[in-house]
Order: sequence, then C-alpha cells, then structure tokens
Amino acid sequence: MAMTIHVDIVSAEGAIHSGLAEMVYAPAVMGELGIAPRHTPLVTQLKAGEVRVDEGDGKEMQHFFVSGGILEVQPHVVTILADTAIRAADLDEAAALEAKRRAEDALAGQQADFEHAKAQAELAEAAAQLRAIDKLRKTHG
Amino acid sequence: MAGAKEIRTKIASIKNTQKITSAMEMVAAAKMRKAQERKEATAPYAAKMKNVISHLSHAHPEYRHSFMIEREAKRVGYIVISSDRGLCGGLNNNLFRQLAREIKIQQESGVEVEFCTIGKKALGFFRRYGGRVMAEATQLGDAPRIEDLIGVVKVMLDAYENGKIDRIYIAYNQFVNTMTQNPTVEQLVPIAGEAEEELKHHWDYIYEPESKEVLDGLLTRYIESLAYQGVVENGACEQSARMVAMKSASDNAGELIDELQLIYNKARQAAITQEISEIVSGAAAV
Repeated sequence: MAMTIHVDIVSAEGAIHSGLAEMVYAPAVMGELGIAPRHTPLVTQLKAGEVRVDEGDGKEMQHFFVSGGILEVQPHVVTILADTAIRAADLDEAAALEAKRRAEDALAGQQADFEHAKAQAELAEAAAQLRAIDKLRKTHG
Repeated sequence: MAGAKEIRTKIASIKNTQKITSAMEMVAAAKMRKAQERKEATAPYAAKMKNVISHLSHAHPEYRHSFMIEREAKRVGYIVISSDRGLCGGLNNNLFRQLAREIKIQQESGVEVEFCTIGKKALGFFRRYGGRVMAEATQLGDAPRIEDLIGVVKVMLDAYENGKIDRIYIAYNQFVNTMTQNPTVEQLVPIAGEAEEELKHHWDYIYEPESKEVLDGLLTRYIESLAYQGVVENGACEQSARMVAMKSASDNAGELIDELQLIYNKARQAAITQEISEIVSGAAAV
C-alpha cells in the first residue's frame, strides 16, 4: 500500500472525519493546497470551499464542505479545524452589534450598578427555600 | 362522608401533576445523554487548537498576542452562561451566588465589572439587580450553534483589545456527574500561560499568510470554542439538574397521593361504620 497520512477534520461542534489518506486537498487562503504524506509542517487559514480526501486504493474521493478554518500539517498528520459558520469580519461585526442591541433592548431603563445586597438577599432566600424543601422531603420520606 | 369528594379531586389533580413531572424527567434524561455526547464531541477541537497555539507561541517567543499579555485589572468582564428555562432546581441560583461573591470581591478592590449574558435566566438576574450588560444571547436551544456565540464573544474580545476591560472571565456550571454540578468561574483572557516542556527539536511551521494573522484567527476561535464548551457543558448540567428536580417532584407527588389516599380511605370507613351503627341502633329501637 502506498504511503498514507492521517487526516482529522474537527469542528467546534464535533468530529467530522478521521482516517488515513494518500492525498488531501484543501482550499487555503493563498490558493488550493494538495498535501501528500511527509509534507513539511505548515499552518494556514482556509477559506470556504471543499476539502477532498483521497483514500487511494481506487476508493472514491471524500468531499467535505468547510466554510473556513485552520489547517495544520505535520509530517504524518493533517488537522483541519473547520468552521461551521461562515466567517467574515463584517459578518462577525454585525453579530456583535446585534448581541449588543439585544442587551440594550432587554435592559432598557435599569440602573447600571450591580446591587450586591439585593441579589445576595434574594439568592439566600431561594437557597433557604430549596433547603426547606429538602428537609421536608427527608422528614416525610 | 364529609370532604371525601374534595380529597378525590385533590388526588386526581396531583396525579396529573405527577404525570407531567415524570414526563419531564424522562425527556430531560434523554436530552441529558445527548448533551453529554455533545460535550464530549467538542473536546478534540479545543485540544487540537491548544496544541497548535502552544507550539506557535513557543516558536515565536518574541511575538506575544495581546490575548496572552497580563495587565493590571481595572475593569473586568464576565461571560455568564445560564439556562433559558427554569424547573432545574438550584442550578442557576448556585451559579449566580458564586458569581455574586466574586463580584463583591472585585468591587471591594475597586475593580469595575461588566457582563455578557447567555441564556434568559442570566439576563433576568441582571435585569433585577442591575449591572452593565454589554451583550446577550438567548434561545440557544438544545443544540447550541457556535454562530450564536460569535457576537457575544466578539463584543468581549473587542472591549479587551480596546483596553476597556482587562480580563475576561467565564461563569458556567461544570458537569461532574448527574447528581453534581459545579458552579465555576474561570479566567478566559488573558489565556493562562502553562509551563510547556522544551521542544527537543527546534522546528517551525510554514505560515500562510503571516504567522500573526494565523495566530489571531486561531486565538479568536480558541476562545470561542472555550465559550462554546461552557455553553454545552452548562446544557448538560441543566438537563441533569432538571432530571433530578423532576424525579424528586414525582416522588413527592407519589407520597402526597399515598397520604391523601389513606385519609380518603379512613373517611370512607368512618362513614360506613357510622351508617351501620345508625341502622343497627335504629333496628334495636323498633
């Protein structure tokens, strides 16, 4: 069998693919890369596109779509840290603004200082309630 | 037979409640398993990322990203992760209590605090007690997506980069096992430096494009993935806490039903006995 390299494709939400391959193709920001076994160590950003894994032995090529991410190559391991979300500076910015706006809407008209005493008092009350329930359960149970 | 009918209605109504709580218990148990799987699925991404980052920062000791530089804390930010829904025992309250303690310590030493909230309960908490909430995200559902967190994390990271806040903490519940959840407050940024073992062979990656850009992208994603892990872990905690809470609610309902049944039977017995003695004494009088 020909030389192989181990390929891991993982995203923040879970592992996508893991296995051996003869060749891996990935859409790097500087152009498409083909990675063969014993490739020199490399780190690059990926853009949206298709990652292809050639398992050799006449098997069909496997295709994975990534919307970006990071590719790390070591001589016998290729790791693709895939984004599941489509990322772009302005999209991220919009998401941040949206999150801010929601917070402002939700908290309109409240004071800015955290009232420690009030919070502590009500939390203590809640805890006391839970304890009372526990005690009731024990005496009854 | 006074009150017998009322007792019967009461029993029926508690039975209905019990049906609901035991259904919720089963749903929570199923969701908990899924949430635990989700939590385990996030581990490899963060681990791989950490490897690359520690290698990068090792290979480039001269370049320190601002996320790695400690500075004096005048103002700190907290990302507070809570559940969207209640009925999960003291889960959220325990976390808030832990957080309130931390905030008190910070405020006493003259450090200002700001918040980003994830989940309805945390938002409600700060709505009641005040506190500057910079951004929020709610309704993440049972399968949270990392897209939903990008905005909140970016608000915090931007504030950090601009020097508005000097430290970012994350507050969430750590999943120990089904019965135990640990309210945890951890430092997210600056990334706590670890003692790394010396690399034996000095080698470096080829970077495409610049090493700094790659590192920037990596660090942002790393922090997002840590926040995501917190959300997923908190989700597993929520389901297990709800499962336990609903189980004890069902048990309590069962006990209540038994007690009421006993009272009902006694009342019925007493009524029958009374009727018989009335008939007997009536017959004797004739």
